[in-house]
Amino acid sequence: MGRLAEILNHLQQGNSEMVSNLTRKAIEEGISPKEVLDRALIEGMNIVGKKYGDHEIFLPEVLLAAKAMYAGMDVLKPLFLKEEVPHRGRIVIGTVQGDLHDIGKNLVGIMLKGAGFEVIDLGNDVPPEMFIEAVKREKAMVIGMSALLTTTMPVMGKVVELLRQEGLQDRVKTIIGGAPVSKEFAQEIGADAYSYDSANAVKSVKELVDEVKERYGGNP
Amino acid sequence: MEGILERLKNGQILVADGATGTMLMQRGLKPGEPPECFNLTHLDIVREIAQLYLQAGADLLQTNTFGASPLKLSSYSLEEKMEEINRNAVLAVREIARGRAYISASCGPCGRLLKPYGDIEPEDVYNSFRRQIEVLIGVGVDIICIETMIDLTEAQMAIKAAKALSPTTPVIATMTFDPTPRGFYTVMGVSIAEAARGLEEAGVDIIGSNCGNGIENMIKIAKEFRKHSTLPLIIQSNAGIPEMHDQTLIYSETPEFMAEKAKELISTGVSIIGGCCGTTPEHIRALRKVVDSSVKGGDLPR
Repeated sequence: MGRLAEILNHLQQGNSEMVSNLTRKAIEEGISPKEVLDRALIEGMNIVGKKYGDHEIFLPEVLLAAKAMYAGMDVLKPLFLKEEVPHRGRIVIGTVQGDLHDIGKNLVGIMLKGAGFEVIDLGNDVPPEMFIEAVKREKAMVIGMSALLTTTMPVMGKVVELLRQEGLQDRVKTIIGGAPVSKEFAQEIGADAYSYDSANAVKSVKELVDEVKERYGGNP
Repeated sequence: MEGILERLKNGQILVADGATGTMLMQRGLKPGEPPECFNLTHLDIVREIAQLYLQAGADLLQTNTFGASPLKLSSYSLEEKMEEINRNAVLAVREIARGRAYISASCGPCGRLLKPYGDIEPEDVYNSFRRQIEVLIGVGVDIICIETMIDLTEAQMAIKAAKALSPTTPVIATMTFDPTPRGFYTVMGVSIAEAARGLEEAGVDIIGSNCGNGIENMIKIAKEFRKHSTLPLIIQSNAGIPEMHDQTLIYSETPEFMAEKAKELISTGVSIIGGCCGTTPEHIRALRKVVDSSVKGGDLPR
C-alpha cells in the first residue's frame, strides 16, 4: 500500500497517532507537503464526509477522523515556509446570538477545513456585528451561520441585512443551517444558500466561493 | 398515591404532559434565555403551565429543570443558582399536583461532548447529574426523567447517578433518534437496540424516546424498542417537524391527529404517552381521551 493510501486509511479510522507518524514518514520519503495535504488529509476527510452524509458512519467517527486530520496538519504546518497553508478561501462561521448549540456548526467547520478551506470559527452566541467585523478583518468570502433554536433564527436575517447596509453583499456570501432552518427561510431573509447537512454545506460553500472569485478574483 | 411502576405493571397506561419550552416562549421567554431562569423570576408562569397540563389530564407533570444540571447552567453562568433553580421547579409543580399527579424531574443533556469525541470526562458528567438529582430527590419527586439523550454514555451516567442516590426512585430514560435509510439512530450513532440494552444495563426502569420526530415515526420507534426490551415504554412525540411560515414556527400535527395515531402506540404496548416540542394542553387532553377509551385503560379508575 502506498504511503498516502495508508494515511488515508488511518485517518478514516480516527487514529491520530498513526496519521501523525505516517505524515512525518511521507515527508521524509520526499512526498511534498501539498500532496500529503490534498491526497491524504483532505481526500480522507472527503471520504469521511461522504460516508457521514450517506449515514454509513456517525458523528463520533467524524470527530475522531477530524482529530486525526488535525494531527496530520500539525506536522505539515511548519513545512509551508513563511507562506500560509494553501487554502481555497476563508470562511467565517458561528452559531448566532442567543444560541449555544454548536455541534452542527463545529461539524460544518471540520468538513470545511477537511475540504481545504480556512475556517475562522467565532464560536457560539455570536452577535451580528461580530460576523461583519470578522469578514472585514479576515477578508472572508463566506459567512456560515447556525441556529438550533427557532427563537434565534431571526439573527441570521440581521446579519444579511447588515452586510447589505455595508455594501458587502456581493463580496461576502451567506449560508445558513440548523435544525429549524429551511430553504424557504433562507429565501425569506435573503441568505445566499441553505444547507441541510455538513456535506451539502461544503458543496454549497465551494459554489459560493467560486462565485465570489469569478467576480473579484482571488482577493475580494 | 400508588407507585408509578406498580400501576404500569398492572397494565395501566399513563399520560405525561406536553411541551414546556414552546409554552414558555409564548409566555415571554426571550431568545437565548434558558427556560430554567423562569424558576427564579416567573414561578407564576411555571405553575400556570403545570396547572394547564393537570387540567388537561396529565398523570405526570414535568419539572422545568431540563437544563438545570450544573454543567449546562455553567454555560449561562447560572451554576451558582443550581440548587434554587431545581428546588423552585419541584415546589412549583408540587403546589399544583397536590397528590393528583406525579412529579417527574426532567434532566436533559449537559450540552458538551464526552471524551474522546469532546472535551469532558464521563466522571464529570456523572458528578454534574448527581448534584442536580440530589437536589431534586431531596426536595421530593416521584420519578426522574432523563430525556433527549443522544449519547448512551451520558444517559448511563445520569441513570447511575440517580440510582446511586435513591435506588427506589423510578428512573425514565429517553433518547432522541433520527430516521436514516438504515433505521433509527441518535446523532451519536446509537441504535434503538443499543439504547435498550445500554439503558437497561445502567439500571433504568422505563425506556423510550422523546423529541425529534412526529408521532408516525414514534410508532416505528416504539415497535423497535418493544422488540429489544420488556421494560415499560414511554413515548413523547413532537407535534410534527416544525415549519417556518412568515417567521413563525408552525407544528403541523393537531391534537386529533396525534390522538388518533396514539392508538397504535397503545396497541404496541406503550405505557406512558405524552408530548414534546409543539404539543399543548389540547394535545394532552386528546391523548387522555384516547387512553381512557382504550380497552386496557378504559375501565380503570384514575
